[in-house]
Amino acid sequence: MEFEIPKMSAALPEMFVLGMACLILVIDLFLTDKNRIITYLLAQATLVGAAIASLGYQFGSPEIAFNGSFIRDAMGDTLKVFIYLSVFVVFLYSRSYLQARNLFRGEFFVLGLFGVLGMMIMVSAHSLLTLYLGLELLSLSMYALVAMNRDSSYSSEAAMKYFVLGALASGMLLYGMSMLYGVTGSLELSQISAGVATAGAGNMVLVFGLVFTVVGLAFKLGAVPFHMWVPDVYHGSPTAVTVYIGSAPKIAAFAMVMRLLVDGLEGLQEHWQGMLVILAILSLALGNITAIAQTNIKRMLAYSTIAHVGYLLLGVLSGSDSGYASAMFYTIVYALMSLGGFGMIMLLSRTGFEADRLDDFKGLNERSPWFAFMMLILMFSMAGVPVFLGFWAKLSVLSAVVEAEMVWLAAVAVVFSIIGAFYYLRVVKLMYFDKPEDNTPIDSEFDVRVMLSANSLAILVLGLFPGALMSLCVNAFAL
Amino acid sequence: MIALSDYLILAAILFGISVAGIFLNRKNIIVLLMSIELMLLAVNINFIAFSHYLGDIAGQVFVFFILTVAAAEAAIGLAILVVLFRNKHTINVEDLDSLKG
Repeated sequence: MEFEIPKMSAALPEMFVLGMACLILVIDLFLTDKNRIITYLLAQATLVGAAIASLGYQFGSPEIAFNGSFIRDAMGDTLKVFIYLSVFVVFLYSRSYLQARNLFRGEFFVLGLFGVLGMMIMVSAHSLLTLYLGLELLSLSMYALVAMNRDSSYSSEAAMKYFVLGALASGMLLYGMSMLYGVTGSLELSQISAGVATAGAGNMVLVFGLVFTVVGLAFKLGAVPFHMWVPDVYHGSPTAVTVYIGSAPKIAAFAMVMRLLVDGLEGLQEHWQGMLVILAILSLALGNITAIAQTNIKRMLAYSTIAHVGYLLLGVLSGSDSGYASAMFYTIVYALMSLGGFGMIMLLSRTGFEADRLDDFKGLNERSPWFAFMMLILMFSMAGVPVFLGFWAKLSVLSAVVEAEMVWLAAVAVVFSIIGAFYYLRVVKLMYFDKPEDNTPIDSEFDVRVMLSANSLAILVLGLFPGALMSLCVNAFAL
Repeated sequence: MIALSDYLILAAILFGISVAGIFLNRKNIIVLLMSIELMLLAVNINFIAFSHYLGDIAGQVFVFFILTVAAAEAAIGLAILVVLFRNKHTINVEDLDSLKG
């Protein structure tokens, strides 16, 4: 038996993040609360370093390493860079929020970094085993993060619900994976793809496995009817954790869907396309309609997440390279918008006041015209008003669906996005036409203000020039 | 000789019991955690049976990883349970109803 040293350089960013996360875990033990800021700075430096490691590595064609369980390709690298960026922004927004609530502990950053590592492994997974391990590394970190505010009964309840449903989803996914393994005889995605071709799309066990796999994926994405955990978790966890859960893991979940359904099971497209159509329509309908009834803005954004997952699935189910590129574009745009939306809640909150009710946004224009305008950009973009970035994301997804000759589905999606516009515009109405309930000046840190402004303006500017981001996504599938 | 299908039926039954346990149980969160463990074990039986009949070792390696992750998952689940009990003084599933809307 010959032993071949795996090509380590392909996984350099992963190894760097792993090493740094372990190092920060140890360093944090020796820090007092006064200089805990060092943990924060090291975590941010890790993300910057990982981005340099990801960007600085050139390769021509997709590179498969570690006996076929790891792949490094253009899609993976692009998604990873956006994961680093999202988590960097999350950490930046969270610092003062956590300090004000006595939650500024090393665990948040260490668990956040381990979550990033999990996401990176999911993005680069090329076998069922690595996919599962990456997913669990991310999920376990997130369960712990949700429960981080130990004295809040909301947080612990949310964590328990998240844990039970997340574990159920992992179980479903694994059961599906075991069926796929049984039919194709391999854990490696390219060999599964070949195995599917030999077994034929009509193989019952294969379809059985696919059903369980799709259910597991839908749970993780938060698509209806497997969405029960999303509103409770978004509502119950500290906003700093909500923004983490709401942004980067969606990018990773998209990557997981692409790896499993497209890289591994493209031969079964006729089967999973129908399942995704059902999931997408239900998500669009329930997400957009239930969001109208919410009074808590975190819950409202949670239901809006469910609706956005529906749009993302529309791109995937159209089953062409342009469809995948549009779904990828949608995911990245959604992550940026969700960062801004939850960032705004953190900006308005202060010690003892969470600013998570819709009424807390009343009269924001009088209190701070600039941030009211920033929120307006975010809400318009989420609603899909033209020239903002969210519009181009919706447009590209819908045109992919039309290209796949499912015009009726595009029409349904447009109807629900019009319904959805109502609750986004209601926030704008509250900000501009209502009287503020309290006039306490907004006292947030300078760095949060700058970052939030940059975040919102990026959505405006990228909306005016969407070509660069779009071509990035298209190129990811060109190889 | 025990056929592959026998193992798969056993695993399917165990999986069904665990899913029923998660959905029907209205009393105790610890029973939920036990159901989750049972679910992972059902998957393990599937993997080992396939691995043996395919003559491919990868499925058994996967089982080792699942066992390890299940241990970590149980640890986190019980930790959350302790926090929950400290805050709410109950582990009744029906009392987890303060978040809704």
